[in-house]
Amino acid sequence: MQSWIPLVPDSASTLSWKVDAIYFYLSGITLFFTLLISGILIFFVIRYRRRSPYEIPRPIAGSHKLETLWTVIPFVIAMTIFGWAASVYFQQYHPPDNAIEVYVVGKQWMWKIQHSTGQREINELHVPVGRKIKLIMTTEDVIHDFFVPAFRMKADVIPGKYTTQWFEATKTGKYHLFCAEYCGMNHSGMIGSVIVMEPREFDNWLSGNTNSASPAAAGQQLYQTLGCVSCHGANGEGGRGPTLAGLVGRKTPLVGGQEVVADEAYIRESILTPQAKLVEGFGPIMPTFQGQVSEDQLLQLLAFIKSLPGGSSQPQSTASPAAAGTAAPRPAASPAQPNRPAAGQ
Amino acid sequence: MKAIEAFELPPPSRVNYLNATYGLKSWLLTKDHKRIALLYLGSITFFFFIGGLYALMIRLELLTPQGDFLQSATYNKVFTQHGIIMIFFFLIPSIPATLGNFLVPMMIGAKDLAFPRINLLSWYIYLVGGLITIYALLAGGVDTGWTFYTPYSTTFSNSYVVAAGLGIFISGFSSILTGLNFIVTIHTMRAPGMTWFRLPLFIWSHYATSLVMILGTPVVAITILLLAFERVSRVGIFDPALGGDPILFQHLFWFYSHPAVYIMVLPSMGVISELIANFSRKNIFGYRFVAFSSLAIAVFGFLVWGHHLFVTSQSVYAGMIFSFLSFAVAIPSAIKVFNWTATLYKSSISYDTPMLYALGFIGLFTVGGMTGLFLAALALDVHLSDTYFVVAHFHYIMVGGALMGYLGGLHYWWPKITGRMYPEGWGRFSALVIFVGFNLTFLPQFVAGFLGMPRRYHAYPPEFQVFNVLSSAGASILGIGMLIPAIYFVWSMRYGKVAEANPWHLPGLEWRTQSPPLTENFEVTPVVTWEAYEFAPPEETEIVGKFGSELEQPA
Repeated sequence: MQSWIPLVPDSASTLSWKVDAIYFYLSGITLFFTLLISGILIFFVIRYRRRSPYEIPRPIAGSHKLETLWTVIPFVIAMTIFGWAASVYFQQYHPPDNAIEVYVVGKQWMWKIQHSTGQREINELHVPVGRKIKLIMTTEDVIHDFFVPAFRMKADVIPGKYTTQWFEATKTGKYHLFCAEYCGMNHSGMIGSVIVMEPREFDNWLSGNTNSASPAAAGQQLYQTLGCVSCHGANGEGGRGPTLAGLVGRKTPLVGGQEVVADEAYIRESILTPQAKLVEGFGPIMPTFQGQVSEDQLLQLLAFIKSLPGGSSQPQSTASPAAAGTAAPRPAASPAQPNRPAAGQ
Repeated sequence: MKAIEAFELPPPSRVNYLNATYGLKSWLLTKDHKRIALLYLGSITFFFFIGGLYALMIRLELLTPQGDFLQSATYNKVFTQHGIIMIFFFLIPSIPATLGNFLVPMMIGAKDLAFPRINLLSWYIYLVGGLITIYALLAGGVDTGWTFYTPYSTTFSNSYVVAAGLGIFISGFSSILTGLNFIVTIHTMRAPGMTWFRLPLFIWSHYATSLVMILGTPVVAITILLLAFERVSRVGIFDPALGGDPILFQHLFWFYSHPAVYIMVLPSMGVISELIANFSRKNIFGYRFVAFSSLAIAVFGFLVWGHHLFVTSQSVYAGMIFSFLSFAVAIPSAIKVFNWTATLYKSSISYDTPMLYALGFIGLFTVGGMTGLFLAALALDVHLSDTYFVVAHFHYIMVGGALMGYLGGLHYWWPKITGRMYPEGWGRFSALVIFVGFNLTFLPQFVAGFLGMPRRYHAYPPEFQVFNVLSSAGASILGIGMLIPAIYFVWSMRYGKVAEANPWHLPGLEWRTQSPPLTENFEVTPVVTWEAYEFAPPEETEIVGKFGSELEQPA
């Protein structure tokens, strides 16, 4: 961030300056008329102040010519703004034919995005610079609005239908993505970023190359990018979703009074079919990640969850913690054995 | 002061509408429009301070980028309830139900409104609606935004949507009854000689407001009914999961709620016309243009609702028509501003508190109106809609416009209403404080909005903090500015200087009777032989400038 206070938002699309030009034109007109009116008012208020309590000014009849003048001039000015803004609006909502299509699904309170190559991301949109991108959008629940201030673009995302918007980024960088239509409790958390990359970098990103990070580190990365963090907390401390720290191997009460030992299979199932076994006290709010995480990535997530410190400060199920046995901590990468008891730490 | 000295006031009577009868029952069953105006004044002031309390909580939360003072769930209820209370229970009834109720009969020389019992009924209906809404707030609150957008409001929200909707639905009838009463009264009860073009502009603007009230309010009533029906019985009207259309709700809602903005601001414009003319001792420049611009606003106001839907995938061509009409509706407002300004030319301007509010109104309303053009401009609205730019814009209209007019009018007619003067020094001081506080609160929000800060966020990226700190600082000044009049108005009712019948030395009918007036307003029905704002005889009328040959005959 700069140390000075910016008065104009970052400008990063081919449409930005067109919108800004109208903004500055209108700001000029506003400033002119506001100064004109307040200038005249102040002048009159001083010049014609009441000098004697008995003073009665002579009445003045109106003037048709003046009335016509100050009806026609504002109308003509208004029409220039109207015509200009309408023509830019037409461009804003008419995506070019050769645009790259990206699918966006809004959901309380996250953005799910899929590229045409199949790559998925959450609350982030990676796009190449200098290419026309067309977003095809819908929502699973209420009305949302996909708003990227730096592109001067926004469009409502409406349940039961597809809406579209398009842009061509002109500058690499990371830009705010906001939900601009009030959508319920965590509306202000339904934010993310649009990351504009050089085309070659973008191709690399799109090919989804694996990196050489450790499974737990990769899992932590996934934990962030998949948006787990927004409900389960940065360190798995929980929030709108259950606590993950120290979870593995713990007995967990379920909705309906059952109990389950939180092993790898349970965690895997909970990621892919979250509604199957809900932890007591939590609603069915987690989206499925079926098809979004590969087996590899599931394992990385598991590795990360296991690596979380904790359990000690969360004596949640003290009923029979030791019942599961005291097997040594297992290396994260090994495949899960459904009924194998595992201790957290 | 020929015109003013032309009439003699009867010796002040000790009896007036306030002390004619005593006891709670005499107030609760009163048919006197002036007492009903006071009942309304008390109740809307109550709601205003509740709404203000919510505003305070909003500004406190937004002081820091994190959601630390309020949780998101609480914050969502707070801004929703701020909107509902301020719009439906303060701004819409504010001027019409208090100043309008008090003054419409007095300004046209009538004893009361056409239907005094219906007038009382409207207050009770308002009260029932208000109490049901208060119940909704206390029971758990509403979190849909005052706009109740579907399908969130019908399917997803777990708050008291139906109760709050019912409160608004019921209070709408009080608005319809008030509008009906005004229209009939203005048509049938004008004193002899009070022709249409001798009416004070306050009456013209209330006539236009009443048209919007009786034509628009039923639509929002139907809309709320449909919403409640879908929410309770799960019949698909708006929710696509049930086969409905969520955008249909927005069309229906804004078909009323855009004209509702004119319900709030037209009466205020009427007050400003009174203040400008009377505190400069000058007839309004272009009286007929100002009068007809009120009607034009009322009519055009019904044709612009689609400008709230520019980003909802509404047809691009429909957007263009709505944009064109929105620019068109700005013209009558501009005409008013120019005429008010021209009225001050070669006038005799006093610096009394009501005039300070009127001058403040013109400045703030100009900014509010011009920034409305930003939002009517299609391409620009795409960027600005649902940001703080919109929030700033409508506060300039509703606070800078409607509320300034209301406060100015309240000061102006306070001696007539209570028979006491408010303290002038404190009045001027608080007008200044409010003006400064208001601008500090809402000017920074224009910038924050253009930079992209979305509305209805309880936590926001840190780069917006500087604007929010300025805004919160301004809000605290504004809050203090609002408390000062509340205190001295109450104080003046007992300790204020006793007001003469006509403390401002004005020709209007309401000043030609004692303060406070008799229950029947005038001892004998007045006969009107003068024009509106006639401070000097018409033959003294001056011809102005080089346009002289084109001059209209004095109105």
